[in-house]
Amino acid sequence: MSKSGTILYLDGVSRSFDGFKAINNLSLVLDKGEMRAIIGPNGAGKTTMMDIITGKTRPDVGEVFFDGQIDLTRHDEADIAMMGIGRKFQKPTVFESHTIEDNLVLSLKGPRSIFPALFHRRTASEVKHIDHILEVIRLGDKRYELAANLSHGQKQWLEIGMLLAQDPKLLLVDEPVAGMTDAETEETARLLRDINETHSVIVVEHDMHFVRELGVKVTCLHEGSVLSEGTLDFVSADERVVEVYLGR
Amino acid sequence: MITGRFFASGADRRILLTIALLLVVAALVPVLNLAVSPASAFYVPSYIVALVGKYLCYALLALSLDLVWGYCGILSLGHGAFFALGGYAMGMYLMRQIGDRGVYGNPILPDFMVFLNWKELPWFWYGFDQFWFAALMVMLVPGLLAFIFGWFAFRSRVTGVYLSIITQAMTYALLLAFFRNDMGFGGNNGLTDFKDILGFNVQADATRSALFAASAIALALGVLVTWLVVSSKYGKLLVAVRDAESRTRFLGWRAENVKLFAFTVSAVMAGIAGALYVPQVGIINPGEFEPANSIEVVIWTAVGGRGTIVGPIIGAVLVNAGKSFFTGAFPEFWLFALGGLFVFVTLFMPKGILGLWDQWSGKLKWRSPSQADEIPDDQGEVVVRVGQTQAQSGGNAEPQPAE
Repeated sequence: MSKSGTILYLDGVSRSFDGFKAINNLSLVLDKGEMRAIIGPNGAGKTTMMDIITGKTRPDVGEVFFDGQIDLTRHDEADIAMMGIGRKFQKPTVFESHTIEDNLVLSLKGPRSIFPALFHRRTASEVKHIDHILEVIRLGDKRYELAANLSHGQKQWLEIGMLLAQDPKLLLVDEPVAGMTDAETEETARLLRDINETHSVIVVEHDMHFVRELGVKVTCLHEGSVLSEGTLDFVSADERVVEVYLGR
Repeated sequence: MITGRFFASGADRRILLTIALLLVVAALVPVLNLAVSPASAFYVPSYIVALVGKYLCYALLALSLDLVWGYCGILSLGHGAFFALGGYAMGMYLMRQIGDRGVYGNPILPDFMVFLNWKELPWFWYGFDQFWFAALMVMLVPGLLAFIFGWFAFRSRVTGVYLSIITQAMTYALLLAFFRNDMGFGGNNGLTDFKDILGFNVQADATRSALFAASAIALALGVLVTWLVVSSKYGKLLVAVRDAESRTRFLGWRAENVKLFAFTVSAVMAGIAGALYVPQVGIINPGEFEPANSIEVVIWTAVGGRGTIVGPIIGAVLVNAGKSFFTGAFPEFWLFALGGLFVFVTLFMPKGILGLWDQWSGKLKWRSPSQADEIPDDQGEVVVRVGQTQAQSGGNAEPQPAE
């Protein structure tokens, strides 16, 4: 496998916690501009994989490369975020005591050191960018409300909005439609497809209807490694996937 | 539009009012003490000037703790150490000003060094005969200690109770070190018997009034700086780190640097408070490093309401006024009252006096339907939210429960 042309390249990655192999010889390659859906039963290692990519956890062995040449195992969370990997958590994590607007302001791409933040003045282009994101995530009317007052689904959208503000090259999106209505789910699928036009995306999701809406290549993880990979129809026809995940 | 929201916000108005009040007090009290005849009803006695001046220094210390605890969630149980270091730096200047008027009449060496049979001034006492140098050290020494301490602690991601414990250990270690005679800071007697500050007699009423005014102005400046810091984008980041540290990391912020800056600024403020405190009380000794002192600062801040800027000032003044009264009236009960107060505040007033005030004034508005709008929440129940209380909590929002 060649690393060039890939946005993400994982080869032979393993990580165990107290003897339990959360990730076991996992290899996964994502091309530039690709969107990939990842499915798999609980404990398959989906979240640990994201932790490894974003620098929260170090793998015991294996290679993790971003953008063809950057070795992610040598960097920490803040570095990796600055290089262009954004992450949405499984449980929506927003700054609850800030307004929607301030959540986005803190996420906007730009310098990340203390003194620029201390003397920061909002520019017209920033305001325009925030207006645009608020429109996309449909929270324009809640601009000055505290994030704590949002519903679960709205928090999910705000977190996606924060990712948009950060404008990373690769987005890791963990269970974006948990707690959403069917209409919201379809809306989210449409939004992610839009985002995919300019970004690479990995989506972890249990909702098969949503995965079908995305219409992208699917990887099924099981016990820390890849069980099956291909189109949704191919993967869901795979005997082993049916066995461990979808059920007969 | 932005200025409109700026002035509409209750918390901001309260802070501006506090700054104005402190400046008025700084100008008025010295006049009432010096220019008004003691027979007049408006006369402010000298002991009140000294006492309130001391409270203002405590208030600045509590404010410095509020910046790190209230806004960044760093519960420092060692802030008294920065206060004491600032105090020692000022004390060293005051010692050098005694000159040959000491008991032993040595023009260079302070009395305790002569007593210990030292022949020359230790190197770290050099420069302290100059006020500008001492003033610089007042800020530099606590700031540097906080920077080094914070650099190691925050990089290693020590948080919560563990961080509180090591800050406590830091002040305790300094307590033990300063107790030793061969440290060169006067051992357990500390530094005292001061004569002059900038050429003026420290005992004189005019000097005391000037020190009072300096304390009030320093506190007003402290409020202004803290307010500017917490209302900047950095201030929002500070609160973000308090509430969801790992989220800020995944957005590319270095949470350790965010904390380090606040911790260092806070230590400098505490150092200035200590430097203003020492000439007003006339002594600095290792007792100021007592862990119990630092814990008391936490109590003042909690009583007033953390994360509010004004709250800790109110807390520091009220608790210390209470202390002055109760230690005189019922000396044996004071410590029980203090402990009881902390338990009471933690249980029944988690947001302190200011939180209670906001709740109370919010309830008044609750009754007038014109100001409240009804918003159905997602359970379908109708929740009444008051626009004003939302605005009041503004950017600094709800402090989390104590750790």
